[in-house]
Amino acid sequence: MMMILGKPAPLLFGQLLLGIINGSFYAMLSLGLAIIFGLLNVINFAHGALFMVGAFVTWGLLHYLGIGFWPALIVAPVMVGAFGLLIERTLIRFTYKLDILYGLLLTFGLALVLEGIFTNAFGSSGVSYDGPNILSGTLNLGFMYLPVYRAFVVFAAIVICFGVWFTIEKTSLGALLRAATENPALVQSFGVNVPRLISLTFAGGVALAGLAGVLAAPLYSVNPGMGTSLINTVFAVVVIGGMGSIGGAILTGFGLGIIQGFTEVFYPAASSVVVFAVMAVVLLARPAGLFGRVA
Amino acid sequence: MFGFTRAQAIGFVVMLVVLIIAPFIAYPIFVMQVMCFALFAMGANLLMGYTGLLSLGQAAYFGMGGYIAGYSVQTLHLTPEVGILLGGLVGGAIGVVFGWLSIRRQTIYFAMVTLALAQLVEFFAVQDTSFTGGENGIQNIHRGRLFGALPLGHDLQMYWLVLAVFLIGFIFVHRVIHSPFGQVVKAIRENENRAISLGYKVEQYKWIIFILAAVLAGVAGAMKALVMGIATLSDVSNSTSGIVVLMVLVGGIGTVYGPLIGAAIIIAMQYYLAGFSDWVTVIQGVIFIACVLAFRRGIIGELGAKLKLSL
Repeated sequence: MMMILGKPAPLLFGQLLLGIINGSFYAMLSLGLAIIFGLLNVINFAHGALFMVGAFVTWGLLHYLGIGFWPALIVAPVMVGAFGLLIERTLIRFTYKLDILYGLLLTFGLALVLEGIFTNAFGSSGVSYDGPNILSGTLNLGFMYLPVYRAFVVFAAIVICFGVWFTIEKTSLGALLRAATENPALVQSFGVNVPRLISLTFAGGVALAGLAGVLAAPLYSVNPGMGTSLINTVFAVVVIGGMGSIGGAILTGFGLGIIQGFTEVFYPAASSVVVFAVMAVVLLARPAGLFGRVA
Repeated sequence: MFGFTRAQAIGFVVMLVVLIIAPFIAYPIFVMQVMCFALFAMGANLLMGYTGLLSLGQAAYFGMGGYIAGYSVQTLHLTPEVGILLGGLVGGAIGVVFGWLSIRRQTIYFAMVTLALAQLVEFFAVQDTSFTGGENGIQNIHRGRLFGALPLGHDLQMYWLVLAVFLIGFIFVHRVIHSPFGQVVKAIRENENRAISLGYKVEQYKWIIFILAAVLAGVAGAMKALVMGIATLSDVSNSTSGIVVLMVLVGGIGTVYGPLIGAAIIIAMQYYLAGFSDWVTVIQGVIFIACVLAFRRGIIGELGAKLKLSL
């Protein structure tokens, strides 16, 4: 068996892959948080819950309506985004004029409500979802076996992250968003409907969480707590990366996933806490975060 | 005395009378639990109300305080007052480190850092089963004898101890808020840059408040473990951190009596709605939303505004 750094290659690559997959979800979720925060100045604590809703919607589409994974990739994020639009219009918009912490408290409450409702409906152990047949099975790469679905998730995450980065940094819509982040009053005076832009941004960020939920559904058990456990790590990722840049959020997400994967190989006991240890170091060395502007 | 205004002094007398009568008409365990959580919430209120820092990780100190008290009384056979003191000390010691890290960031980042650090403590509690009992927690903690002499086995005996500690904590917090130190802390909340320009080392002030909140949480957690006879994972979990924030929010951020009233309401709700299990979470979430949208001053805050008094 091939050995790398005193560890068997399949183990090393297997954990690396797991790390990249975790990193994919960190990146997709912190991306949504960063976009929402940029324009709304609200840190969306319900992001994890909406990720969970995305996974449940995917399951529900198949279970109740017979709609499979591929259509769900479009339908579920749209539904979650529409739900996001609804809560932005009915609840969150009232916090814009308040202290920044009230937006946090409101979305925190929203997360409790969503989690509670799904726990009542499906129990805390949740349901399981089988991915599409075409993505089942494994590829033999010689040095390791690669489950096809996992490869697909990584690929999809990279495409999604690139797409979002491209939209925000390189298109005119993105330019508008960035301008509104810098100075909403000025952008509004140019005739742009900023409140609508804000609503759609929130819906878009939330839809991204929903999309991550769809990708997660075949990978993890679909349960009401799945979002919360993930989002706590994502918050640490956000603190490490800072929310100043889209590219920074993506890089930090993937980077920390990979660090976590390697920790799993070399010192398993620390794998669940390594992200928090990195966070502590970053707080000491660069309090504003790796890519952050001073908050 | 102790910086109470007239209205607050009347409030204090009313509170004292109610708390002395309470164990004879209500279930003593319930009232003790309210007092433990009120102490916990008063610490959180020091951060939220007087310093403007929202911590979402207070359960770390509360839960560890409980584990320490449970472990020292059950395994080390120490007396209960030592267990409570150790709970406060260990809570404070964790607060020294976590506070040192988290005061480097503000507002939402501060909230996320505290949440993440508390997650770390929760991982520790799940994994180090020899100390915390993992999923089972530390069960059947005997309250032992106060100072090795006075038995606490009966709920009413325990009650006077909890009341005494609660009152000491209450007066202490009040004294801190109304000291020159407290004035500076409030000035930092109102205008941090100005406080800096006046030469105050704002980080040190925030740090001290953070540590005080952690000590109070540790003491409260330790007492709660002795009252209930159990220290569990749920005490150290994020939902407990959320609940204490909710208590402060419902009672009234930055008020003297808010944390107690908030604790009483939320604990009562948990008791009466215990049969609805998971709906309690939903209701708590709805209260969060309702408070933020319509009721930001909380019960005591609204009452104070109506009566034009600081309560």
